Amino acid sequence: MATGIDSWTLARPEIFLAAATCLLLIWGVVRGERSVNLVSGATALALVATAALLFLPFREGTAFASLFVVDRLTATMKALVLVSSAVALLMSRAYFEKVGAWRFEYPILLALAALGMMLMISANDLMSVYVGLELQSLALYVVASFQRDDARSTEAGVKYFVLGSVASGLLLFGASLIYGYCGSTQFARISQALLEGRAAELGVVVGLVFFVTGLAFKVSAVPFHMWTPDVYEGAPTPVTALFAAAPKVAAISLLVSVLMGPFKPLFAQWQQILVAAAVLSMLLGAVAAIRQTNIKRLMAYSSIGNVGYILLGLASGTEKGVQGVVFFLAIYVVMSLGVFAVILTMQRQGKMVEEIADLAGLARTRPMIAFAMLLFMFSLAGIPPLAGFWGKLYIFMAAIEAKLVIPAVLGVLCSVVASYYYLRIVKVMYIDEPGVALDRTPIGVNAIVAGVGAAVVALFSLLPQPLGTAAAAAAKGLFP
Amino acid sequence: MSSWPLLSLVIFLPLVGALFCLVVQGPKEVVDRNCRSAALMTSLVTFAVSLLLWTGFDPTKAGFQFVEKAAWVPALGIGYHLGVDGISVFFVLLSTLLTPICILASWEAIEHRVREYMIAFLVLETFMVGMFCALDFALFYVFFEGVLIPMFLIIGVWGGKRRVYSAFKFFLYTLAGSVLMLLAIIVIYWQIGTTDIPTAMEKLNLPFAWQFWLWLAFFASFAVKVPMWPVHTWLPDAHVEAPTAGSVILAGVLLKMGGYGFLRLSVPLLPEATQYFAPLVFGLSIVAVIYTSLVALVQEDMKKLIAYSSVAHMGFVTIGIFVMNAQGVQGSIFQMLSHGIVSAALFLCVGVIYDRMHTREIAAYGGLVHRMPRYAFVFLFFTLASVGLPGLSGFVGEFLVLIGAFKANTWVGTLASTGVVLGAAYALWLYRKVVFGELTKDSLKAILDMNRREMAIFAPLVLLALWMGIYPASFLDPMAPAVDKLIGDYQAALKLARTAALAP
Repeated sequence: MATGIDSWTLARPEIFLAAATCLLLIWGVVRGERSVNLVSGATALALVATAALLFLPFREGTAFASLFVVDRLTATMKALVLVSSAVALLMSRAYFEKVGAWRFEYPILLALAALGMMLMISANDLMSVYVGLELQSLALYVVASFQRDDARSTEAGVKYFVLGSVASGLLLFGASLIYGYCGSTQFARISQALLEGRAAELGVVVGLVFFVTGLAFKVSAVPFHMWTPDVYEGAPTPVTALFAAAPKVAAISLLVSVLMGPFKPLFAQWQQILVAAAVLSMLLGAVAAIRQTNIKRLMAYSSIGNVGYILLGLASGTEKGVQGVVFFLAIYVVMSLGVFAVILTMQRQGKMVEEIADLAGLARTRPMIAFAMLLFMFSLAGIPPLAGFWGKLYIFMAAIEAKLVIPAVLGVLCSVVASYYYLRIVKVMYIDEPGVALDRTPIGVNAIVAGVGAAVVALFSLLPQPLGTAAAAAAKGLFP
Repeated sequence: MSSWPLLSLVIFLPLVGALFCLVVQGPKEVVDRNCRSAALMTSLVTFAVSLLLWTGFDPTKAGFQFVEKAAWVPALGIGYHLGVDGISVFFVLLSTLLTPICILASWEAIEHRVREYMIAFLVLETFMVGMFCALDFALFYVFFEGVLIPMFLIIGVWGGKRRVYSAFKFFLYTLAGSVLMLLAIIVIYWQIGTTDIPTAMEKLNLPFAWQFWLWLAFFASFAVKVPMWPVHTWLPDAHVEAPTAGSVILAGVLLKMGGYGFLRLSVPLLPEATQYFAPLVFGLSIVAVIYTSLVALVQEDMKKLIAYSSVAHMGFVTIGIFVMNAQGVQGSIFQMLSHGIVSAALFLCVGVIYDRMHTREIAAYGGLVHRMPRYAFVFLFFTLASVGLPGLSGFVGEFLVLIGAFKANTWVGTLASTGVVLGAAYALWLYRKVVFGELTKDSLKAILDMNRREMAIFAPLVLLALWMGIYPASFLDPMAPAVDKLIGDYQAALKLARTAALAP
């Protein structure tokens, strides 16, 4: 076990990000509103630099008396979180400038949230789980209501805060039960206690249920998804883009490391929970999205459905399952950021629009953006040769290997239902007559993100191997 | 054998044209003209290259030829594995032949968004050809399902009035079928640890209980594609609303994917289940042959009538595959090829008058022979080919399938034969209504006969239908070794299963 200076080395990326955030905060406070562009640029840079620090050089081990763990899985997940946060930050500027809320606190809060997510991912103790979770949640509650003068944004923030607090409470309650029955908050000790016979105690199982419930809230799995559509719709669009990517990755990663780590002995118990949540999420994500008219709400349901696939992969409880989860998450993050980048380019007469009907005839007025969106939609529907297909393939491979045949069948059927609403967007863009044309915005960050994302999605089949290898390496850490 | 990766070339050449169409710039007319010519050129070159496959093909060998193998996702045992045998090589040729014809047929019919249209068609060609060459489950699936994207757009964007409904129906029906096949593929993968199809043919030996479910999963996918009664309802809608060239490709190639899937995957991988389910297939096919022929008799829309006739003709195909004797299987492959040409030509015939009159109502026509003698000849030619007149391509396929069916089961043969009679009834009825009679309708008085471009479209199809009808051996001989091997392996597997069952 690493101690002393090694702890600091292992936590170097986190320490760097924390220090950079503090410095930028001071800079922002001193320089005031003028500093916003500099602070946001520097924050994005710091996020990317932190991601680089994760691998230069890569070290693994536990630190700070086992509160903190670094391995391939955590490093991969952190890289995903950092890069997607940086991209989401870059995507935000045009939007917030337009609504007059481009303030330097925004990048700082994003960096703090990313820091919290990193702690969550690396948590190796119930205490550090909670600290990381709260750090990211508190920062995100504020970010959700960052467009202060907008009633919807404020409402989204409050809703997120209230329900998020309930979830944290549940999680904390579960953690205390687990501590009570296992006698420790350390993952390794919990695992040991469970193996030594504590697993049979009802209290432990109840604690586990509460704990998983709290995390299910955070990943918005059915039946704890109710906040998602409202928050996605109400929050400023770049914030929604962030919500759909980084916090999901962090919460899923935490779920993976908790369930595959200390709670591995309770596999039979949590597998039932996950299978049920997975099937319900896939079902609801497919059915409820059909009647949506707001594209952000639609993406909220789509994200619920996609979480269902991730949980199905996780429910297999195997190395292939974890590999599938990592693989799927990486692709999902690209697609989701890409879709939101497209949404962020949608303006009419200088105002942001977000109804699906506003996309009508986009293929004729703005063919390139429409084509990118088409690729994202078919990819989200899981149609080969696009990237989304490979994500689903990995998940279903894991599920079939673990003999979860019926959930897998339900899953593919849900994906057929879900493809209906993705197709509907394609139909609106390509078949419907154009209404009042959307503005031709100059090529900015969002167009670039959409373009790069679309290229990745379209060409992924040429080279699916590297991501597969990375995901396999990440998963291997959990299965020594 | 040449050292060129011929199959990859045939598969990916169309994408070069698509890329050109994507980047070409200029005023609308210039872009349209350039895209049309580029698409035609690319597809013609592709066709020429694919002819090399035929000339280089060794008709005495049963195994796969022009094999290309490369790692794709080695960690999962997924490879980029291509190859053609006597069964698939003609489907490749059919696809590469019909694509330039389709592009030529859309020359004037498609006026808006020509660029996107041509890209969609070229991408579609890549997927179609790739599917017939793929020897790896993952690759097969990628191509099999990839077809949906361009086809959805072709129907949805350039289709008729109810195009949205039809495009969605087409997409969702076929997707629902194929996702179950994906799961079946994954199950097989976990059994043998690779997605290589030839390896699976050798190694896979599943207990019957597994074969039962896997067969049904494959069946869900292929039966929708074929389409078999009762999951055929997407086809008339899709055909009616699709633009002419879309219908041509749909009838000419896409339906063949189902029959090809049965031959390539269901039969060799799951022999016991194939035998077990053969009566089910016979039942559904006979219903398809008789029922959809009767439905065809009462249609008011020309394309719908031909669409129903496609279902009936594909019923012969599925019967031929599942009787599992040399005549039946060869007949069904031949029937698929013949149907690919004849029904494609019939849809083109409808397209010719649709382009002039913009209606497909049978009642809106009559007496065309007085104004359009050339058209009347071509239409008659393909009507008779579809009916199965000896000397034309349709006869050979149907005849072989019926021989095979009688050999296996007299009842199946007898009932299937009624389809031939009914087929003659609706096809000739359509022809009489549209072409013969007095030319009384004012709107038709000024209609023009086929122009040169249209004749150029039909000429190769007429020649092929004659060739296939007069000298079918050029097509049957190369497929014979592969078919014999398929049947031999199938019988051997059944025998093995029987001895295993008898053993204590």
